[in-house]
Amino acid sequence: MNKQAITEVIDVWKSFKTVQAVRGISMRIQPGEFLALLGPNGAGKTTLVEMIEGIQKPDKGEIYIEGKSWNGNEKELQNIIGISLQETHFIDKLTVAETLMLFASFFRLDRGRVNEIIEMTGLEEKRKSYVVNLSGGQRQRLALGIALLNKPKLLLLDEPTTGLDPNARREVWEILRKLKKDTGTSLILTTHYMEEAEQLCDYVMIIDHGQVLREGSLHQLLRDGNDDMMIEFTLNSPFPEGLDHSLDFNIQWDDNSRKAIAFVKNIETDLLRLLSFLREHDLQPGNLIWRKKTLDDLFTTLTGRHLND
Amino acid sequence: MIERIRENQFSQLILAHLKETIREPGVLFWGIIFPILMSLGLGIAFTQKSDSIRKVAIIDDSTRVQLPVGKKLLISDFLKNNQAKNVIDPHYKNCRQITIRDDKLGNLSVLFLTMAWEEAMVKLKQGELNLVLMEKNGQLEYHFDPLNPDAQLTYLKLSKFISRPGTQVSENTDMIVPMTLKGTRYIDFLIPGLMAMGVMMSSMWGISYNIIDKRSKKLLRRMVATPMKKTAFLSALITVRTGMNFIESVLLFIFAALVFHISIQGSIPALFLIFIAGNIAFAGLAVFISSHTRNTEVGNGLINVVVMPMMILSGIFFSYHNFPDWSITVIKNMPLTMLADGIRSIFTEGAGLTQIAIPAMILSGGGIILFIAGLKMFRWH
Ligand SMILES: Nc1ncnc2c1ncn2[C@@H]1O[C@H](COP(=O)(O)OP(=O)(O)OP(=O)(O)O)[C@@H](O)[C@H]1O
Ligand SMILES: [Mg+2]
Repeated sequence: MNKQAITEVIDVWKSFKTVQAVRGISMRIQPGEFLALLGPNGAGKTTLVEMIEGIQKPDKGEIYIEGKSWNGNEKELQNIIGISLQETHFIDKLTVAETLMLFASFFRLDRGRVNEIIEMTGLEEKRKSYVVNLSGGQRQRLALGIALLNKPKLLLLDEPTTGLDPNARREVWEILRKLKKDTGTSLILTTHYMEEAEQLCDYVMIIDHGQVLREGSLHQLLRDGNDDMMIEFTLNSPFPEGLDHSLDFNIQWDDNSRKAIAFVKNIETDLLRLLSFLREHDLQPGNLIWRKKTLDDLFTTLTGRHLND
Repeated sequence: MIERIRENQFSQLILAHLKETIREPGVLFWGIIFPILMSLGLGIAFTQKSDSIRKVAIIDDSTRVQLPVGKKLLISDFLKNNQAKNVIDPHYKNCRQITIRDDKLGNLSVLFLTMAWEEAMVKLKQGELNLVLMEKNGQLEYHFDPLNPDAQLTYLKLSKFISRPGTQVSENTDMIVPMTLKGTRYIDFLIPGLMAMGVMMSSMWGISYNIIDKRSKKLLRRMVATPMKKTAFLSALITVRTGMNFIESVLLFIFAALVFHISIQGSIPALFLIFIAGNIAFAGLAVFISSHTRNTEVGNGLINVVVMPMMILSGIFFSYHNFPDWSITVIKNMPLTMLADGIRSIFTEGAGLTQIAIPAMILSGGGIILFIAGLKMFRWH
């Protein structure tokens, strides 16, 4: 059975003067699916999302929303998507309710819908406040509210929680979780926070330099090669290269943090084997910890960088 | 039904523009109070005749001169005849004042200060004195700079009385008919100019700055990603501006009518027409120059480049007829000149629709062309 995808992106490319921002990305999103685009600064997330939103035009490749391309279907597609750009300032001296009313009028929606959105985003107390006086978190909730006005089938949020404190971030997550439960909306979300992707999304694409490095469900990604536990320890001297050939897992040395990292399948047996291996070679491990592998670990092993760098 | 209209995107855009404009505290000041203050200041400075005071030095060497018999000292005679008041002045020992009454040209008070020749010359050069009087052999000598109109005026007024011994200063009985006919005063020239300038300034700053600011904040980009009509956005902005300009002009007119008794001698429909045409012209220009840049500083510069030359050249404060002939053709074709001259001709020359038709057509035609060109290259992102 092949349901029609809400969005289909086929081999999309986009360059600016000196950079190739997006280099051949494809994706397919089913109705109700939440997808995270995870990547460091400059990875090409915004460019990709804005192409899906119809704001930028790809140099090459195709984009379909409900089977329709942007060309000639602008007004129709604009009516079924909801977007929040990476950075938008709304009109400083309009109140929250007035701002929502203005955007509602573009979709021919009435005051009733504005009130629903105010309730949904928890902005009741602030409905008469000027936008300029809102906190960062309230502003992001307003942007989210505007994105949700037209009950979009596809929601695209570009870094909706960047710069927010953990509480404000959780409030946004709560709104999105509720949305997932109550509606059939699909979501494309970009983020630097792997926790955000883990909390909200069914499917994750890790991108860097305009390309997809790895993609899959959270479960698939973290069980990649069945190495789903991670052991980390410090050493006084760099781990000698090639020394780990006798083990059936790899040990990677990170010179910056002066840490060695190993991904293993079975922590009970592999940890014991690692310890005796280190003793045999006269290496003294310090600060040894082990934990479940996270997206950040995966990202680090893929790119040699941390997500938030 | 009313609710439906309120929820319409054009009405909502108008409401939003209106609210964001009037909620800026500066708008009230720059749009309404400032032009009124300016008309008040300039109007009073250039229209009202106030009492003027002139200082005249009397050179005190008459004691050394031998008087021919029967001759009187002209100056002291003059002062005595007219009961000169002694005035206490901290800077001069001997100071007397005579006021020459004149209802039509304004009263003239002359202070007569007695001092030595050298001191008088210094003060004359410093501009503190208008005239130096010296009596030699029963002859009066007037020393003053003939290029200084003030000094000339003082000379003319005084000589009329002093040279004829025994005369008393009297009211001006000449047949002078002051030009207080409405339409010929400076204020009549100024108010139409201020109205035209108000339209230009508030359109250029209001529309251009608003657009560039929204573009730089990425709000335009956000708005055009919705089914909003682009023309609805721009026309709402222009409509709000035109409405505000109308209110500002009406308030300025009411003020000028109350304070300076200014009146409109020509046709009101013509005034309305040229006003709308001017708004179209400047709205078009504003959209055109703000069509591309997303940098508010660049925007400031662009607006200034357009606005400044017109402020200076278009005869808002002073007639442009003193500029060289070759430049007048250019100046006359600037939109601000056309608008100011158009409004002025209705106010003061009683012009009607026929005289206004051509400038109104050029203004609105130019505005529409600029608007379309601006829209063609308009950058929403
Ligand atoms: N309009 C543009 N002109 C020139 N270069 C651009 C433009 N937009 C993006 N780029 C470049 O394209 C690359 C990808 O940018 P993009 O904004 O898509 O990254 P991102 O993943 O969203 O980054 P961030 O996490 O910082 O938002 C960057 O190198 C950026 O400098
Ligand atoms: Mg981005």
